Amino acid sequence: MTTRAVPPFRFTGCVELRQTLDVHALDERELMHRIGEVPADSIFFHTFGYFLRHRAFTTAYGNDFARWAAIEIGDHALAERLAVVDPFAFSTLEALREHLVTILQDHLRGREAKGRMEFDRGFHFQQSHIVEVPLGLSAETLVEFRAGLATVDESAIYLHTVETRARERRADPFAAWLRSALGLGELAEKFERIDPYLTTLERIRGRLLGLVDVALEEGRR
Amino acid sequence: MSRIDDYRRVAIPGAVDFILKLAEQVKGRRFLHVTGGRLGGGAAETLRAAGPILSELGVDTRWEVTGGDNAYYTTARSLQAALEGAERVLSEEGLARWVDMNGLNAKKLDLEADVTVVHDSQPASLVSARDGGRWVWRCHFDCSSAQAGPWAFFRRFVDQYDAAVFPLPGFEGRLGIPMYVVPPSIDPLSERNGDLTPREVSEILMALGVARDKPLLVQVARFARAHDPLGVVNAYRLVKKHHDVRLVLAGTADGDPERLELLSHLLEVAQEDRDVVVLELPPEAHRQVNALQRAATIVLQKSVRAGFELGPAEAMWKGKPVVGGYAGGLAQQIITNVTGYTVHSVEGAAFRIRHLLNNPELIPRMGAAGREHVRRSLLITRELVDDLALGVHLTQ
Repeated sequence: MTTRAVPPFRFTGCVELRQTLDVHALDERELMHRIGEVPADSIFFHTFGYFLRHRAFTTAYGNDFARWAAIEIGDHALAERLAVVDPFAFSTLEALREHLVTILQDHLRGREAKGRMEFDRGFHFQQSHIVEVPLGLSAETLVEFRAGLATVDESAIYLHTVETRARERRADPFAAWLRSALGLGELAEKFERIDPYLTTLERIRGRLLGLVDVALEEGRR
Repeated sequence: MSRIDDYRRVAIPGAVDFILKLAEQVKGRRFLHVTGGRLGGGAAETLRAAGPILSELGVDTRWEVTGGDNAYYTTARSLQAALEGAERVLSEEGLARWVDMNGLNAKKLDLEADVTVVHDSQPASLVSARDGGRWVWRCHFDCSSAQAGPWAFFRRFVDQYDAAVFPLPGFEGRLGIPMYVVPPSIDPLSERNGDLTPREVSEILMALGVARDKPLLVQVARFARAHDPLGVVNAYRLVKKHHDVRLVLAGTADGDPERLELLSHLLEVAQEDRDVVVLELPPEAHRQVNALQRAATIVLQKSVRAGFELGPAEAMWKGKPVVGGYAGGLAQQIITNVTGYTVHSVEGAAFRIRHLLNNPELIPRMGAAGREHVRRSLLITRELVDDLALGVHLTQ
């Protein structure tokens, strides 16, 4: 556990720079059509990006579409169906998009969309650019990695566990480094199995720290 | 003037260090802000706080102001109103004068910068004189309902920018450039939001003539129909049947005839009911507003039409639950059932106020959640992060 890794792990945080697309939906049917048309980055923003913006003290809806259905249109059946969509279960954003459209299509079959919202209460589609922020914190050992993980800005947890994995379809950088630089394949696998769905970034941090603590304890034995 | 380290005690842990790291990516770059004036709220208020901090972070930040003759200001005001959706008559000569004056401003001002951020409509046509660097139009109002003719005229300038920034998604007009979203923020160390001791609050309220012998319902907003002060009085009257409360309506009338008429009506109401207090305050009465919000039991912002309006953020920062209308940025700030309630009617406002007064344990709980919500999402530290990230993104 005291092996010094080359290269060291460099913690990077991020800022989500939001971009509005001037695409709006004022009822469920429009939401369905717009979800089918907007850039894939917008689907990412409203599903995976939700985890960066979601705070523990608010109700968890899982994604922006479910939140809108519940709060703005008061269609709780639709909100429930959209909320259970786990974006991490889809191999591509197109597959995720297709699934969301199918849910809306099925929900609207045989029924009219509820009344149209005022523009203020419409669903306003966005996407985001991620600006990476090197935090000047690096680790060469598992102990140093634990120290960094415990203190690093929570946007780093998002970047390394959600953004890289889901948007760029690259391996979780935490797991990749643990495997390749420290040779800790088993710990890396456990990192990859962490489920970020419907939780908070602080809780993910806690779970990751728990896994590292167990590995450090086992290393001492 | 506050320094970046002063924010360590109010921002979320790590926020200041994060800003310092982010700022390293634009260190030495020249940022220029251009506004139509240095006074007042909105862009100017944020720049007064953020400008010195950005300079302290090593970002070369300057602030220029455009000026002109009476015709220039008259047209600029009418254009702004039309872009916000009001019906205005704009003459071709007036608009030509506005463009010419901004041409003169462009010659007079030093527009040499890596990123030039032009705020709101008055200086917007400066972009025609752009010569290098990246140009951003920062819109602080809702232009989604702009009058078609004025928007078509104005858009040909905005489309010359590299990007536009709006306070909320849905506030944008149709444009052919990327449009980013940066919500506004409050400065927790300013006179309006900084700490006051209980004694200071008492002294200020005494000076304002507001007794504290019963729960206070407070709305701070311009005396304009958009903020529905008469609706607030009616909601108070419904509450008053069950709870002995006092209503304080504080704001400015700005000399606007319609607002003055509304104010005089409210003063009549206050004459008849000693538990209704109407305070016409000057725009710089930040300390008084601070004290009123701190003394409030519940803060109201029952607007029926609004821009972003940071009143709820100010109140939540002071640990108060907010009952607000569903308009503009209010619904983005108030998290229903967590930090307060958004309502759609006088009856809805009265119902929520009564609910809070009947369940007083909710008041500090919602207040605490509101303060935490503002700390994470609506403080100037968050806006600095967004601004720096935009600078990084545009100059990469």
